[in-house]
This record gives sequence, structure tokens and C-alpha cells, in this order.
Amino acid sequence: MMLFGFSPAEWQAILLSLKVALVATCVSLPLGIYIAYVLARRQFWGKQILNALVLLPLVLPPVVTGYVLLIVFGVHGPIGGFLKQFGVVFAFQWTGAVLAAAVMAFPLMVRAIRLSIEAVDPKLEQAASTLGASKIQVFFTITLPLMFPGVFAGAVLAFAKALGEFGATITFVASIPGQTQTIPSAIYALLQVPNQEASALRLVVISVILALAALIVSEVLAKRFERRIAQNDSARSAR
Amino acid sequence: MTVNLSLKHRFEQFDLNVSFEAPKGLTVLFGASGSGKTTIINAIAGLLQPNHAQIKVGDTLLQDTDQGIWVPPHKRALGYIFQDSRLFPHLNVGQNLDYAGRVTGGMAARKSSVQQRSYVIDMLDIGDILKRRPATLSGGEKQRVAIGRALLASPQLILADEPLAALDAARKAEILPYFERIRDETDCPIIYVSHAASEVARLATTVVALKAGQVLRMGPALDVLADPSVMPVGVGSVGAVIEARVHAHHGDGLTELSAGGVTLYLPRLPQSLGAVVRVRLPASDVLLATCAPKDISALNTLQGQVQDIQAISDFAVLVTLKTQAGPVLARVTRRSVAALGLSVGVTCYAIAKTVAIAADDTADFT
Repeated sequence: MMLFGFSPAEWQAILLSLKVALVATCVSLPLGIYIAYVLARRQFWGKQILNALVLLPLVLPPVVTGYVLLIVFGVHGPIGGFLKQFGVVFAFQWTGAVLAAAVMAFPLMVRAIRLSIEAVDPKLEQAASTLGASKIQVFFTITLPLMFPGVFAGAVLAFAKALGEFGATITFVASIPGQTQTIPSAIYALLQVPNQEASALRLVVISVILALAALIVSEVLAKRFERRIAQNDSARSAR
Repeated sequence: MTVNLSLKHRFEQFDLNVSFEAPKGLTVLFGASGSGKTTIINAIAGLLQPNHAQIKVGDTLLQDTDQGIWVPPHKRALGYIFQDSRLFPHLNVGQNLDYAGRVTGGMAARKSSVQQRSYVIDMLDIGDILKRRPATLSGGEKQRVAIGRALLASPQLILADEPLAALDAARKAEILPYFERIRDETDCPIIYVSHAASEVARLATTVVALKAGQVLRMGPALDVLADPSVMPVGVGSVGAVIEARVHAHHGDGLTELSAGGVTLYLPRLPQSLGAVVRVRLPASDVLLATCAPKDISALNTLQGQVQDIQAISDFAVLVTLKTQAGPVLARVTRRSVAALGLSVGVTCYAIAKTVAIAADDTADFT
């Protein structure tokens, strides 16, 4: 089948990439919001350590992150071995690609969300509590809606990052077509074989388009969000 | 329903140590900034935890540090009106008003029936802006919505933290009557923080004057405002407040008021005959004379006896005069006191250069 000039193998890589990135983003989002909230609002011992751990994949060589994942989440690893008893296996599975993508995208997601939480005025949350809202209600009716543009921007950024993840993924789950071969690993594989440049180029173009679209959406949202904060600030200075 | 409160809290600059009872009506916590007013109101709201506290609204104990009782803010049945409105920017006016009903699972909503909602909306005149977002509202509109939102939380107690401080004079005049109506039309006690003497004069039933974390004086509003010892709390604004009844509207544009048998004239007031108004006589605008003044343009003269003379600076004193209308304060020089031979018990006349409706300082009149 040659839809839009893509071979079935190329389609497989594109759909798998989208699936992996989407699942990675959705699954890590609640945890990302929680960690961002804790980092933005709570004071506790070891906060700097948690912050560094979250940011670590951003500065670590991806191949190291992938190797650490392999050691920890591999079938013989401490967590991987434990999860295997329940039939959950990450190594060389598409779920492993999801895990690698989620870990690599997590710092970007948390940073964007944390900024949006810090922009929410705690005085509004206080006002909500005096009106009868419990802590959880305050979070879902005031904090979350006000930080929503930041959450969305963070999710889009994480999605774009997950789409392009290569180093950690190929180290952790290799490049198995239909299983773990995402667009970047497919491009890499195609470049190893002579006369596959056209196929590689199509995937490159698709990568660029997806990444651009995600960045533009994220930027537009960030702009809108900034305007909203600016509006709050002008209201504040007008007091 | 009354509010009983006793608080102790250590700050870096000063120690807060107050206890008072706020009866039904509007109790103003009055004092300069840094006197602990906002700390007290936030402790009542549960937004701040003092080192030591006992707070009771009616029979409900909100906090008792000795017994380890602390009711979280959302279970205190409050209506808190903040200086900065704090409307939720992502909700429109109607949704802001309904917020309390929504989060309390309709409990407050049922109590504050549809009827009460429309009553509040009518009273505050916000029916036309229900669909608008807070960002598009003027300062006065925002504050009206904030008042409505607090009222619709079915509060047992209303807290207001300098609700007019952020507004200009015109907007202040626009909001003040609503507080009068809330005070007069609900049973709910109101604790109102302010450092503006004019607001106190107009609204307060009870005044708790605070200075550096201590209660300087507390009691019925008219008594406290006429007490020279409260003066350090706001020197520039000191002045007696007198309650008077509208007696007649005259053709020359004046309204005649009667205060305990004393006649006062003011520029035409909108109030109808028989209405009770509070007028303020700023101490700095009251002259004293030892004989009844004749041939003088001032219309408002009150006879009385000197009750107290208190030094307020190297050259100035504050004289308290007991008149039929109530205490009147005059700020005069030591030299004048000596020249007139003023001492406690001496009869003299207070000539008020300005008499203004409380909180309406623009209506000065000579």
C-alpha cells in the first residue's frame, strides 16, 4: 500500500511513533503535574535532589539514560524483574519505547507546568477556601484551570520530544520494526542500507513537519498564557 | 450571634495580644498599618495560624490551641471580602457568584435559594454584568461582585479586609451604602478592617481600636470615636461623630438636622425626614469660644462643658466638649487654651466650620 507515497514499513514507523509519543505524554502527565506542583508549592527536605533527578535526563547522554533503564527495567533488573511477575515487560517492547520517551520528555514537561503553577496567585486559592472549597476542590476548580495553558504547552512539548527520542530508546529497546522502531530509529536504520535515501528523506520530512507543528502549537499557547499573566499583573498593579 | 476571640502571636516587630467580643452588627478593627488588623482577620478565617488562639462564632469553636481544635477555612462558613477582590479570572461574574454553592455540593446553594441569589444581585446591581469576565470589570464592579460572592456563601460571619482601600473616592461612595445595607439587613456579624476614619464613622456599630498589636480601646462606635486616647491611631482624622435626625429641608438648599436638641445645618441631603444620619465634625475644623458667638457666618454652634484637655503636640491640645448632641472634639493651640482660660468644667461654644455626613467628606460646609 502506497498512501501518500509511504511504504507500509514507513507507515508502521510513523504510527508507532505517534502511538508511543501519545501514550508516553498521557501516562506521564498526571505525574508531571503532581511533581511540578510539589516542586512549585511545597517546601520539604530533598527538594533540590528531586528537582535534579527530574532534570537529569535533560543533561545526561541519552545512551546513559537508556542503559540505566535497561539495568533497572530490564527483565533481570530490580523493577523490571518485579514487574515481570505481573506480566509487565518493558525490554524490547513498544511499552519500553513509551517508558524511554516518557523519561526523556519528563524534564521539559515538568518545567513548563511548574512555571504555570508558579504563575497562579495563591491568594485566589485562599479566597476559594474561604468560600468552602476543600484543598482538592481548590486544585481542580481554581489551580488546574488557571494553569491549564501551561499544562497543555508542556504536554505538547513533551509529545514533540517523545516523537524524536532516539538514543535512550535504541539503547533500551533496540530497533525492532513494528515493535520499537520509531521514526528516528527507522531513519537511522535506513541510512545504514544503500539506496534507501528516498525513504529516509520522506521520514525526515515527516519528522520536521510533526516537530514544527508541535512547537508552533506550544508557542502559541505560551503566548496566550503570557498575555493572561500580564493581564493579572496589570490588575494587581492597579490596586 | 457574636464573635469571641483571643489571640496571641509573636512577630519580629511586635507581639500581637488581643481579645475582644464582636456583637451583631459591624465591628471595625481600626488602626494604622502594622497594628495587626489583617493578622486578626486572617486568623479568624483560618488562613493564618497564630501561636495561641481561641476563636468562637456563636456557639461554634473555630479554633482553640489549648484543646487542639482547628477548623479548616473551608468549613468555617465565612464570607471573606478581600481588598483586592480576588475574583476568579477564569470564571465569569455569575460563576464567581455561584462558586460557593458549587463547591459545597449545593448545600450553600440550597440555603441561598434562587430567591436569595436574585436578591443579592439586585441589591448590588450586578444583573447586567453576570456574563462578563472579571478582567473587563471596573474596580467598583469587581468589589460589588466580591461582596455578592461572599454573601452567597451563606456565611455565619462576614469578614472584610479594607474592602474600599483600593478604590477612588467616587467608587468608595458607590460601595459604602451596600455595607450599610448588609449591616442593617442581615443578622450576620461583620468584622471590617479599616484605617480610614470616615469609613469607621459611617459604618461601625462597634469599634476595636488597635495599636501595635494591642487593643487600645473598644466599645460602641460613637464612644470610641469621641475618645481622645484613640487619636494616636489616626491623628489627622480625629473628630467626633454625632447621630442626628433629619428635621426639615429648607428652600435655601439647606437641610436642618436635630441632634439631641441641637440644631445643625448641612447642604441638602438626599435622606427623607426622620432619617438618622451620622455627621462628622473634624477636630481641626472646630473653633472654641467662651461666649455665644454673634455676627458670625458659621451656622453650626454647639454649647457644652469642657470634659477633658489632652496635649497632642508641643503647641496643640485636643479639647473634649460635652454637648447635648454628644462629645465634640476641638483641636486648638495651648496659647488659646491659656488665653480663654479653658479648664475642665468651663462652659464654652464649639463652632464647627465643617459638618459633613460621615464618609462623605466632600460635603464640607461653613
